[in-house]
Amino acid sequence: MTNSSLRKWAWVHKWSSLVSTIFLLMLCITGLPLIFHHEIDDLLHDSAHPAEVAPGTQPVSLDQVLQNVRERYPGKVVQFLSWDDENPGVLFLSINDSVSADPMTNQFARFDANTGNFLDEPDFNGRFTMIMYRLHTDMYAGLPGKLFLGLMGLFFVAAIVSGIVIYGPFMRKLKFGAIRVNRTRAVRWLDWHNFLGIVVIAWTLVVGATGVVNTWADLVVKVWQFTQLSEMLGPGRDRPVPTKLASVEDAMQLARSKLPDMEPQTVAFPGTIFAGRAHYVIFFKGNTPLTSRLLKPVVIDGETGAFTDMQDMPWFVTTLLISKPLHFGDYGGMTLKVIWAILDVITIIILVTGLYLWIARRRVPAEQPPELVLPSVERSHA
Amino acid sequence: MLRKPIWQRTYILPTLVAVVSGVGLIFALLGDGIWDALSWLAVGLPVAIAAWVWWQATSIRAKAR
Repeated sequence: MTNSSLRKWAWVHKWSSLVSTIFLLMLCITGLPLIFHHEIDDLLHDSAHPAEVAPGTQPVSLDQVLQNVRERYPGKVVQFLSWDDENPGVLFLSINDSVSADPMTNQFARFDANTGNFLDEPDFNGRFTMIMYRLHTDMYAGLPGKLFLGLMGLFFVAAIVSGIVIYGPFMRKLKFGAIRVNRTRAVRWLDWHNFLGIVVIAWTLVVGATGVVNTWADLVVKVWQFTQLSEMLGPGRDRPVPTKLASVEDAMQLARSKLPDMEPQTVAFPGTIFAGRAHYVIFFKGNTPLTSRLLKPVVIDGETGAFTDMQDMPWFVTTLLISKPLHFGDYGGMTLKVIWAILDVITIIILVTGLYLWIARRRVPAEQPPELVLPSVERSHA
Repeated sequence: MLRKPIWQRTYILPTLVAVVSGVGLIFALLGDGIWDALSWLAVGLPVAIAAWVWWQATSIRAKAR
């Protein structure tokens, strides 16, 4: 590497960091409680528990659950029905005035999967974890907010890559992990910044890049609707929403018989954004840590109850689905969550020391420790 | 005498840590039990190294006082 290319990489590192640091700090701070959102919710909010049943008990028919929903919410419709991943025996119902209403305005109700009884109506809106989640994902600014944070994530990735490049010249006289503890704060913090930055790069790159991918989720869903979903619905895609729906229990059992090794995860009702106008789409998941994150859609005619089609998700949806656990760190038990939290705190230290070093380098050159000045690369090979 | 290329000296250990911790991120996706435990060790490696460096740095500083 020449001195001029080192200067260019240092410029990239400085500006990609400066542009994104304040947002990255916000993301690291709001992300920290989100790692433990399930535990925090359990602590702060009471929730009803499903009835204890003997193992092997046959769950109640989904048609009965829907009947109970209709009685409790007259005039409302169900948009989605999900099996709660974290609470077996609990069904999660998304309810609104019409199937075509914006899912963001859905209200939620939980029902007992075995008895069909109403459990409770969790209200996520005022929750601490929800406030953290909204700040973390879109800063309450909707899709533009998401895409903006995605852009900040791209700057973060650029800062990591350029940081790797300039690490070598800065460290050429130092061992890995060397901290010059008896020097000024600027030199010590430079050493900590370089060491911590390089030691966690695999994690910061993966969490940064998967975070960026997650900001594109809405767009990925749109593309999926116009491509694979439309194709699976076939010529019947333009039929109107049926006035009388085929049995959802029969639809689920039929879909299940096609995928004996998978579990149903969500039923999207006809007319909602994840289904056809006249078709159910039932999403199935696998039963290993990896395949439980992947979904397979099965299309069932919402009027006749006939099997219509099923396909594996296209690569761009699979990429999005894999990005989620790799960003959240929720796929390896509590120990992995704790490691995730420590790495998050280390990232905060890297951001703060980096900001401090930028301020220290802005001092007049005579006051600057020489270690902070860009090293000369060519001399090192002489 | 020419020194070794720079990556051989400065980048070798960081690359090892990155590969181990990067592969560890995938381990926990592959299965439960032993895969989770392997993942904790591998993803926790940078944390362990950072803790060791921090301990070294503070003990050297304490001696210097």
